[in-house]
Amino acid sequence: MSMDRRHFLKIAGISSILGFGASIAQATPLTLLTGLDPSQVDKNKEALSAKRWAMVVDMSKFKTEDDFKKVINACHQTHNVPDFRNADGSVNKKDEIKWIWEAPYEKAFPGQDNKYMSEHIKDMPFLVLCNHCDNPPCVRVCPTKATFKLPNGITMQDEHRCIGCRFCMAACPYGSRSFNWRDPRPAIRNENKEYPTRTRGVVEKCTFCTERLAKGKRPVCVEAAPKGGLLFGDLEDPNSEIRKIVTNRYTIRRKSDLGTGPAIYYIVGGGDHA
Amino acid sequence: MKLYDGGKIFIGILVFVAFAAFPFYYNIGKMNARPEPKVDTPAIQEWEKQYGKKECVESKEFMRAEHMQLLNDWRDMVVREDNRGYISNSNHKRFDMSLQNGCMNCHSNKKKFCDECHNYMSVKPYCWDCHIQPKEKEENKS
Amino acid sequence: MLEKALVGSKKYWAWLMFLGALSLVGAYYYYQQFMYGLGITGLHRDVTWGLYIGQFTFLVGVAASAVMLVIPHYLHDFKTFGKIVILGEFLAISAVIMCILFIMADMGQPMRVANILLHPAPNSMVFWDVVVLNGYLYINLLVGWVTLGADRKGVAPPKWIKPFIYLSIPWALSIHTVTAFLYAGIPGRHFWLSAIMAARFLASAFAGGPALLIILALIVRKVSKFDPGKEAIQAVGRIVAYAMFANVFFLGLEFFTAFYSGIPGHAQSFLYLYTGLEGHSELVPLMWTSTVFAAISLFMLWVPAIRKNEGLLALACVMLFTSLWIDKGFGLIIGGFVPNPFEEVHTYWPTMPETMITVGIWAIGFLILTFLYKIAITVREETAGIEIEH
Repeated sequence: MSMDRRHFLKIAGISSILGFGASIAQATPLTLLTGLDPSQVDKNKEALSAKRWAMVVDMSKFKTEDDFKKVINACHQTHNVPDFRNADGSVNKKDEIKWIWEAPYEKAFPGQDNKYMSEHIKDMPFLVLCNHCDNPPCVRVCPTKATFKLPNGITMQDEHRCIGCRFCMAACPYGSRSFNWRDPRPAIRNENKEYPTRTRGVVEKCTFCTERLAKGKRPVCVEAAPKGGLLFGDLEDPNSEIRKIVTNRYTIRRKSDLGTGPAIYYIVGGGDHA
Repeated sequence: MKLYDGGKIFIGILVFVAFAAFPFYYNIGKMNARPEPKVDTPAIQEWEKQYGKKECVESKEFMRAEHMQLLNDWRDMVVREDNRGYISNSNHKRFDMSLQNGCMNCHSNKKKFCDECHNYMSVKPYCWDCHIQPKEKEENKS
Repeated sequence: MLEKALVGSKKYWAWLMFLGALSLVGAYYYYQQFMYGLGITGLHRDVTWGLYIGQFTFLVGVAASAVMLVIPHYLHDFKTFGKIVILGEFLAISAVIMCILFIMADMGQPMRVANILLHPAPNSMVFWDVVVLNGYLYINLLVGWVTLGADRKGVAPPKWIKPFIYLSIPWALSIHTVTAFLYAGIPGRHFWLSAIMAARFLASAFAGGPALLIILALIVRKVSKFDPGKEAIQAVGRIVAYAMFANVFFLGLEFFTAFYSGIPGHAQSFLYLYTGLEGHSELVPLMWTSTVFAAISLFMLWVPAIRKNEGLLALACVMLFTSLWIDKGFGLIIGGFVPNPFEEVHTYWPTMPETMITVGIWAIGFLILTFLYKIAITVREETAGIEIEH
């Protein structure tokens, strides 16, 4: 029987593909495809849970620069956020990573100032962080679902899956996200051994301290803030303090006209609350 | 039969053999002893005192073959599903699904445990790019 | 037919060596970037996409432009394009490969890109971009190879290739529409948040790609015995003229909306690009160069006497290509990030390693283009005089 070269190559090619495919399929143990059984996993008994975690910020409770520093340092140290500041203390805009920080009023709420407003008000510091939006553009654009919504309202970040495309950073209207432009570890001042670091090439941001919520603790920024400065709770719980504030008091959110539905509410006018 | 371009063919074959056999002759003389991961950290000894035997999350045989997949599943469960507790199939105890704060609590001797087999198999998992390795003390020689 | 790329004159090999050297330089700097991280570029927290993504955006347009030859030839039986459709398809292949390389160069964790396919996210435009770009690559590889192979044998291509050829037409439009959707759906970036993004992209693609094709056709005529034909080049020139007019018109429309509406968010980025903002005017000379080149090239293309002069046509095409490269490959991206969400101005300029990686990827693209064109040219030379059936 004679066969020309092209015909032979076609048959050889198809056989190899089928052969490889079969051997791979047969070698894959069933466990690789099944994952964990739901009955095998559970949540911690002490975990805090909510239908919609949110935060109310009362800047009137922050009196000194120290109040801000305590909150920012608490978050950044707990989560091994690197400190890339230059030797003279100035910000290194190129490599900077921040999860929570201060921004003056006219920058945190652009377009809400007017030309007669005093510089004093324009410069009033506000704490800004990821807004954990209801309708987050970052989640919408992520090509791998590395950033996604948890059922409790938190916009979560899966550092294992992130491919570092930075589309989420382009999409975020608030500039809440940071990227690891280089290896962060040399710039981590006091390593927290109970929390991982990140590696170069992934995006990171505030995750509302899910790891602490799972242990029944409130986010670190909330605990480090002056009393009543940062309030954290479940907006869907009609009895929660923040629900009462958001319903009865005047609060503003950043760029709320974009339809993102941010969950960080800033109280206007201060007041008494625990 | 005349071998056209015979010189080039022979040189080509020699180059190919040089490449293909590289892993073998490169490692001549390097003794690669069987990996012997040590499970005698203080934490494991504590467990043994408390429960009477050394126990991991699952059996040794299972972990040896499946710990990679188990860790992947744990990762997705914790990060994406917000579940933290794992009920073991073998001993029905509840474990915290964490590499850094769970596994490494008992297996704090990464060099004598994890690295033993990983070095032998030339496997370089990149977990440690992010997950902080336990700090290992110097061996007490006394 | 691959063997046709392996024989050539001294000049051919010298050109390949030159491109190969540039690719190696690019590869060296990419290794640096891989080990250090993307911090080796000029990007930072406020401008997170720059030269790489700009080049990718621009090259998707160049890739899509093959359709400007396919539509007249296959849908409207415009036989003049018979000999040069293959040049458009091979340009598309080379451009798409460059797109993929630029995306890979821009990834923070390139080893994880398989996650896009392992964990598909249909809500994300990047996911769809990966799908349509790859599809377009395979379609063009298939169509180009089969039709050229048939030409070489002097026979009509097999009937089953026709559906693929027809498919490539809407597919070409889709690749650039999806790429435009990357930008046009971002709520926080008003410079990009415009419905006309996709139309602008397509118009600039259909101007820039064929302009490059004209330049390549003239080069092909110079370095080989294959003459794409004065008629064909003139027809492409007319297409470029119309497309460029649409592109310039659309840009004008954007300016109107931005400035007549008076909404600061829309106008700020234009101000940064064309007049400078808060003392930062790094991009102003570039953007005005782009504008001037666009105006001059459009004029030259519109005046038939100038367009018919192939030397002047080539000059117009070079200016046009440069203008669009600046506008789409650079200005569009940076403009979206400046000012940042806090209305601060933090600028960006590529670093040397970043530029060398870019040059390296362009060199690889031209390498592939040279290989493919060598094959196409050789087939045309060998079958000169034989009617192309279709």
